[in-house]
Amino acid sequence: MNAILAVATLVIKELYRRKDFYVLFVLTALITLMMGALNFFNDDQVVRYLKEICLLLIWISGLVIAITTTARQIPAEREHRTIFPLLAKPLTRGQLVLGKFLGCWLATGLALLVFYLFFGLISASREHVWPILSYGQALWLHWFMLGVVIAMTLCGSVVFAAPSSNATIMLVVVIGILLIGRYLNKVALQLDQPLQTLVYTLYYLIPHLEFFDVRDLVIHNWDPISWWVCGGATLYAAVYGAIFLIAGWLVFRRQSLG
Amino acid sequence: MVTSGPETILSIDKLVVRYRARDTGPNGKLAVDRLTLEVQRGEVFGFLGPNGAGKTSTMNVLLGFIPPTAGTVSLFGVPVDRPIARQRIGYLPELTYYYRFLSAEELLRFYARIFGLPAELREQRIDMVLKLVELEHARKKTIRTYSRGMQQRVGLAQALINDPDLLILDEPTSGLDPIGRMKVRSIIQRLKQEGKTVFFSSHELGEVETVCDRVAILSQGELKTLGRVDELVRQYECDLEKIFLKVIGYSSEP
Repeated sequence: MNAILAVATLVIKELYRRKDFYVLFVLTALITLMMGALNFFNDDQVVRYLKEICLLLIWISGLVIAITTTARQIPAEREHRTIFPLLAKPLTRGQLVLGKFLGCWLATGLALLVFYLFFGLISASREHVWPILSYGQALWLHWFMLGVVIAMTLCGSVVFAAPSSNATIMLVVVIGILLIGRYLNKVALQLDQPLQTLVYTLYYLIPHLEFFDVRDLVIHNWDPISWWVCGGATLYAAVYGAIFLIAGWLVFRRQSLG
Repeated sequence: MVTSGPETILSIDKLVVRYRARDTGPNGKLAVDRLTLEVQRGEVFGFLGPNGAGKTSTMNVLLGFIPPTAGTVSLFGVPVDRPIARQRIGYLPELTYYYRFLSAEELLRFYARIFGLPAELREQRIDMVLKLVELEHARKKTIRTYSRGMQQRVGLAQALINDPDLLILDEPTSGLDPIGRMKVRSIIQRLKQEGKTVFFSSHELGEVETVCDRVAILSQGELKTLGRVDELVRQYECDLEKIFLKVIGYSSEP
């Protein structure tokens, strides 16, 4: 466990010593504050648009941080040859994968926390309410969704040698799932066999990341979702995360590093 | 079968490494061919050969980076595919660019944590190895500011962080200036005096002759010669460089 935590700590240290997070945070803050300074048509509900834009930026930033941070982990270790002194120590490849996952997930969680605090401050300053339970649920589900994305990207990083190709593929896949994943079963109904079975299989195989998107709940100040739904989604993310991590480890443990 | 005595630290028995790729034909490329050798406790062992002789492939198997095609390799009597075999070794790879965003102190702390060293011992070891490699003054500077020689010394420091019984060094002086080489050589000699076992590959034959007890010379994956440096020098009546050229069958004449 000590070795896994050591690897995870290294990943977190790398994230906060690089500029990616700060740039994305400053951009999100600037765009949100600029939008907040405007009030189109004297609409008293304009704060909802502001919240929507801010949350959208947080979602984009979260995805970019999670995917880019994770995609470079194992390829960079190979490129700089640091993987050799690392694996020459009593560290298994499984521990390395787990440490990298944990580091990326915790680092992304820290970044999300900062983003959501900013969001909370902005919306509280406008609405004078702070539905902390809804925000907490949104943050929790968002973090677990990114856990699945990180596991998926880590699995991709042992297959694709170049971090840029892995990051691009993952970004396209994740955005694709978020935008059209929920409609695949409906699309399948309109197709002929064997394409119908294929699309149906895809529908049941892919992780439905849209389950974790509760932005509307936060934007419209709806009541928090029930805890069993939240728990179910957490379990769903844990299962998919584990599947991708095991797949990544199975590929990586047989890879020749010489 | 090689019988491993109590003093055998590293044992390689009939090791075969064959790489398979599209351009190597149906049988693949034979990198190491039935290599058998042992390294005893306290020895400084030179592992020599021209480029492509199979040295790196052997080291890669030793460290578990690639699986052997055939044969067995063990460290301290433990097969190398078990991570525990690597608990008592230190490894310095050739040309490694350590995490540039860390300082030497942080890098060593990270590796020490992987070995599971307790916090107090960890700090003691960091102080000790940084002093040994003469990097105390730069311990808090990030590695991105280090010169090539300093990076090689921080590499040596990470290889020593767990106070290993066996040090595996891959071209420890490659790319270093004469002062850097002298420093690395003096560290190896100091480790030898402390009774550490050192297994290293190098193209610097003068250096090998100075520090090694025994050498093995490989060529085209085969072990060509193995013996004590002084005995080989007596037997061939020339220095190690000439022995090396003779053994690998190199002739400067057209």
